[in-house]
Amino acid sequence: MTERVDIAGVEERPRPTEPAQPGPFATMWRVFARMPLSAQFGTVVILAYVFVAVFAPWLAPFRESQIVGAQFEPWSAAFPFGTDQLGRDLLTRLIYGARNTIGIAVLTTGLAFLIGGLLGLLASVVGGWLDQALSRCVDVLMAIPLLIFALVLLSIFGTSVFNLVLIIAVLDSTRVFRLARATAMNVVVMEFVETARLQGESLLWIMTREVLPNILPPLTAEFGLRFCFVFLTISALSFLGLGIQPPTADWGSMVRENATLIAYGDPTPLLPAGAIALLTVAVNFVVDWFLHKTSGLRDEA
Amino acid sequence: MNPIVTTVLQRVGLGVLTLLAVSVIIFAMIEMLPGDFASAILGQTATPETVAAFQRSIGLDKPPVTRYFEWIGGVLQGNFGESFSSAGALGGGHAKTVASLIGPRLSNTLFLAGFTALISVPLSLALGLLAALYRNSIFDRTVNLVTLTTISVPEFFVAYILMLILAVKFPIFYSLANVSPDTPFFERVARTALPAISLMLVIVAHMMRMTRAAIINLLASPYIEMAKLKGLAPSSVILRHALPNAWAPIGTVVALNLAYLIVGVVVAEVVFVYPGIGQLMVDSVAARDIPVVQACALLFAMAYILLNLLADIVGIVTNPRLLHPR
Repeated sequence: MTERVDIAGVEERPRPTEPAQPGPFATMWRVFARMPLSAQFGTVVILAYVFVAVFAPWLAPFRESQIVGAQFEPWSAAFPFGTDQLGRDLLTRLIYGARNTIGIAVLTTGLAFLIGGLLGLLASVVGGWLDQALSRCVDVLMAIPLLIFALVLLSIFGTSVFNLVLIIAVLDSTRVFRLARATAMNVVVMEFVETARLQGESLLWIMTREVLPNILPPLTAEFGLRFCFVFLTISALSFLGLGIQPPTADWGSMVRENATLIAYGDPTPLLPAGAIALLTVAVNFVVDWFLHKTSGLRDEA
Repeated sequence: MNPIVTTVLQRVGLGVLTLLAVSVIIFAMIEMLPGDFASAILGQTATPETVAAFQRSIGLDKPPVTRYFEWIGGVLQGNFGESFSSAGALGGGHAKTVASLIGPRLSNTLFLAGFTALISVPLSLALGLLAALYRNSIFDRTVNLVTLTTISVPEFFVAYILMLILAVKFPIFYSLANVSPDTPFFERVARTALPAISLMLVIVAHMMRMTRAAIINLLASPYIEMAKLKGLAPSSVILRHALPNAWAPIGTVVALNLAYLIVGVVVAEVVFVYPGIGQLMVDSVAARDIPVVQACALLFAMAYILLNLLADIVGIVTNPRLLHPR
């Protein structure tokens, strides 16, 4: 029933038909081998981060909040990156930070896509006053810079991880809504959607089975970009002391907590900041390649 | 009526409407306060009488619509209400007004933002234009890679690297931007240099990439091809044919990035301990001083909306199709 259509230049490459179906790992390896160098670098970095995040308790030399030495000890054999302002091992905090910071950002982005994607699909399929109402609401919400809006909401609801995830997800879902609605609008006018409507398929069916598969490639690329944005926003809020709260190990907070060291010429606070930077650069490289591949357009802007 | 005037008036009307809607949203936030908020502000020891007095003092006993009009009426006269920070001392003493907290900091933030914009706008437009004209050259590729990296990393990363290199390892600039109202102009510039440079790096990267894309897009249009085929000199192609159509995209790029500067300012002010509105807002969020947060948010949102409106208007009044209607 659902056929792949060409939306905004997005086209499916015909898959080369192999006589023997290669295993999933072989296919993945082939995709990887064909990537440009920057995307390969990005993929390796992302996989490394995921590995560290998943196996944090086995990789870290100490427990997450264990105090193991004096405050701000310099780099040594026992503590490769020294200790932080409470005497906790910085390497351990960095490793657990991967798990907490990335986990929370992925959760938030996922939630934003769930809210924004569903509402965007709903607005485009139902149309009429619902579309108008949702779109005007989103317009007004987007008229306030996201970080500023988040700060206002955090001052009202207080700072906790739960509030943080919810607030950023709702605010960021406006951006997802825009994209989902715009791309879905091109699909809902197609004949096969009309056919499904005439067949009396339910709203949910039309949204998820007819429209969604056709807007998946742009949404996937957007997921990478939105992840970077959410990740940077949450890190900025944590850095400002209003995001992820201690004693949870988190990169943004770690920069804040150890920032005084910079004045003594000690680059330690740059480690968590660099960890954030490296991941966003890696994701950007992969998204760049993915956009290039799925759209066939040159990467302008 | 002249189509330009009507379109501009429409945009201005829409902008005013958006501002009103935003002010309602920012105001309505206080309605979502949890019930135990007063005791959270006043501390655990607050008696029910103190809590009631506090709620009366911030007007929670009046209907929301009345309070909104009182608030927005005050804002229009520059009166943002009273800060919560001194509300603990109820019954005696003067509460600080929000305006007295914001006033001196607003000029500091405007100074930093203006200083940054003054240098980064011409610089990034020039770089973007060069990258577009010498597309795919080594210059273009290098600039592309560097800017992609710069826009992907957090602002505080850039800021701390600069602080480490330019203030600690090689003490050229001040590492902390502590200015006071009576700091002389040149010392103020010197003290603001590092936050301004770190903001510039990020803004220039964004703005330059967008300028480059806009120009490339423009140079690909058929009438530019036509002008080239007519045998016009390159300078004439750019100045007479491309530039009149480029103002709209360039205006959008500049406004978008100045709006982005608003957010960057918050982080930069905290890193360099610069006494501006961003830092005030962050402190107030931590202290849950809602009136101050509302006032700061309104100012930031206003700047953001006005900049976008300005970009729209620049786009309209320079649009050759509207300037010379058929």
